[in-house]
Amino acid sequence: MSNSPLPPTFEGPVCPLPLAHDEQIVIGHGSGGRMTHDLIRKVFLPRLAGDALRAGNDFARLGLPTDAALRGRLAISTDSHIVTPLFFPGGDIGRLAICGTVNDVSMSGATPLYITAGFILEEGLPVAELERVVASMRTAADEAGVQIVAGDTKVVEKGKADRLFINTAGVGWISQERAIGGEQARPGDVVLVSGTLGDHGIAVLAARGELGFETGVESDVAPLNGLIANVLRAAPNTHVLRDPTRGGLATTLNEIAGQSSVSIWLDEKAIPVQPAVQAACEMLGFDPLYVANEGKLIVIAPAEEAGAALAAMRAHPYGANAAQVGTVRASDPGRVLVKTLIGGTRILDMLAGEMLPRIC
Amino acid sequence: MCLAVPGKILEIYQSNGLRMCKIDFGGVTREACIETLPEAQPGDYTIIHAGFALNLLSEAEAKETLDLLREIGEFDLEQELGPEAGPEG
Amino acid sequence: MKYQEEFRDAHLVQGVIQEIRRTVTRKWVIMEICGGQTHSIMRYGLDELLPPEVELVHGPGCPVCVTSLELIDKALAIAAQPNVILTSYGDMLRVPGSHRDLFSVRAAGGQVKVVYSSLDAVKLAQENPDKQVVFFGIGFETTAPNNAMTVMQAKALGLKNYSMLVSQVRVPPAMHAILGAPHNRVQGFLAAGHVCAVMGYWEYPPIAKQYGIPMVVTGFEPLDLVQGILMTVRQLETGRCDVENAYSRVVSQQGNVAAQKIINTVYEECDRNWRGIGMIPNSGWRLNAAYADFDAEKRFQVGHIQTQESSACIAGQILQGLKKPFDCPAFGTLCSPEKPLGATMVSSEGACAAYYRYHRSRLTVDEPGAV
Repeated sequence: MSNSPLPPTFEGPVCPLPLAHDEQIVIGHGSGGRMTHDLIRKVFLPRLAGDALRAGNDFARLGLPTDAALRGRLAISTDSHIVTPLFFPGGDIGRLAICGTVNDVSMSGATPLYITAGFILEEGLPVAELERVVASMRTAADEAGVQIVAGDTKVVEKGKADRLFINTAGVGWISQERAIGGEQARPGDVVLVSGTLGDHGIAVLAARGELGFETGVESDVAPLNGLIANVLRAAPNTHVLRDPTRGGLATTLNEIAGQSSVSIWLDEKAIPVQPAVQAACEMLGFDPLYVANEGKLIVIAPAEEAGAALAAMRAHPYGANAAQVGTVRASDPGRVLVKTLIGGTRILDMLAGEMLPRIC
Repeated sequence: MCLAVPGKILEIYQSNGLRMCKIDFGGVTREACIETLPEAQPGDYTIIHAGFALNLLSEAEAKETLDLLREIGEFDLEQELGPEAGPEG
Repeated sequence: MKYQEEFRDAHLVQGVIQEIRRTVTRKWVIMEICGGQTHSIMRYGLDELLPPEVELVHGPGCPVCVTSLELIDKALAIAAQPNVILTSYGDMLRVPGSHRDLFSVRAAGGQVKVVYSSLDAVKLAQENPDKQVVFFGIGFETTAPNNAMTVMQAKALGLKNYSMLVSQVRVPPAMHAILGAPHNRVQGFLAAGHVCAVMGYWEYPPIAKQYGIPMVVTGFEPLDLVQGILMTVRQLETGRCDVENAYSRVVSQQGNVAAQKIINTVYEECDRNWRGIGMIPNSGWRLNAAYADFDAEKRFQVGHIQTQESSACIAGQILQGLKKPFDCPAFGTLCSPEKPLGATMVSSEGACAAYYRYHRSRLTVDEPGAV
């Protein structure tokens, strides 16, 4: 008689080398099969899970605030994040992704509520790095008071993505009638900024290492919905809220001046810039007014409410260095102008292309 | 042609056959080449252009220049307001 | 930063401008030959604060703008070759050649890297022994030692994969070309402060004497610029044509002798084609025989280059101070920093680019500067 072993059971083709693949992302993680489920279970769910994600559907069923039936509107925004390096002083791509979308939604005056996150992972990405990014996203979301309710993961071959790309979409609720937008600036309005400019761009540039300089400057990446809520309580007739991200203050103000058909006049000596950011810009030939920010707010409000808005910002941790930097006028629509340190005038144009270090 | 910024020399060393130093631009530091400044010492100020030192900065000359220009300003003020007026506060 | 803020003091600047106002009795045309000074004047809005009698014109002081089209086309051809990494200062990337720029070469797969310091190009060659690293060595005298030291270092390290595409230009021959031109309007010169930090100003007295033109070595901060203008105006009003130094905290008459020694070790004078102006004899430097191996033009056979300049561009006249950017029909319409037609719109220090970016002439309504 033979004691032949039981025939092996097959569930389907299996990997002949069943390595755990715990340390690096490989193409299989994006397949949608067991490896993907493992990744979600081990990396994403422990850090992000709320009821919506745990339900395991491809959608999230969500409630709106109870007065939704009576009045109010949705605000929705989306963004993709591709920053290099993934981790930099003051933040990382995960924090950037959450704060970026929270801020975009909040600029309408909405309360941000729900975020989705789609990940494109490059083969070879260490899982430990992904875990750090996801944990950071949870921390940022908690700080902002938003929930991450849906997500997606894809993996591409090595070389087809720069380690990790994240796309986020955010939904918020505008619960009262607000007319806040880039087209709302009016002659006589006052322009405020919530703090020092250029921190994020310089921190990331230093972290990339290509230009060889070192600095203690940290990214200012932060969720601004709390600050905005305070400002709108103090200055309910605020006309414009916007965060000066890519292209800096100059580009953002040009957009607003164009949308509102007004000119914006700035006082150079009133614009707050950290000395180290100023020094880095001098060395490279950059203008801090064009360098990206990820935790700063521009407020354009009627003159009679400007003082209250400024005080509200200064009382908040993310607005400690808030300052009045300019005014809005009717002449020369679409233009932004600066009264320079020595009393001359110059035009402040939009950023044309990439900012490059110069020798001239 | 000549974007160059003042910075303070922190430490001096050799690298790849050239005399190099670490420069402090005021919260930002970088390596720079001071091969053309054999007499430079840590603590000196220099002007850096694209990673190379052009010349040492003379504190004495800077002060003399500023004093001269201040005199011009005060002289003008006296002309406008009369000799009794002091410098603008 | 020390040595910066003090020279941006609005009060002192206004004081000197008042003195210029008192001194000037008739119109004067003063030229600066330095992209950095052009940029500073525009960025601070200095020209509008000066009395109307003082007309500032901007000379061919931007090494990016004056680099010949043929050399740019050569750089583009070299960058497009496989196994080549072309390295360059940031300003050069946007410069259009006859048909494309370095950005588009990069987009098509060519390896192009921006460096802050020329020494980073040598490091790149050390780190990539299987690639040829070419450095686009542009510049006036200020940058000449920087660029020269890379070939000295490459030679000492025995690197076989480093070479330099040389586009060095010199100020004194350009001054001769401008002052000797039949319709020259320039009556006084602000000499480029950082060029003089390297070279000193011993080359200028013969030029000042030959043409009867006062020259003042001038720095870059607003206070430096108005001081240089004041000293020039004072000479003009009293009929003097001397060479004076308004940037004494950095510049001495003999200049940086060690830097000049490096220049003389590596380079020899040559004729150079200035984009927009034409050939100026002895106005450039090229690698001498001892370093000729490192000349990228010799190392790479890029073939016959057919250059093609835009017919609408009047950069040559602007560079000589004969016309202003807004005299050009293409200014702001066909020609802008995003799609430059010629030399002076290309780099942010070119006169056209500076006017486009900063100048009040682009406003429709003239408003007082109060905020």
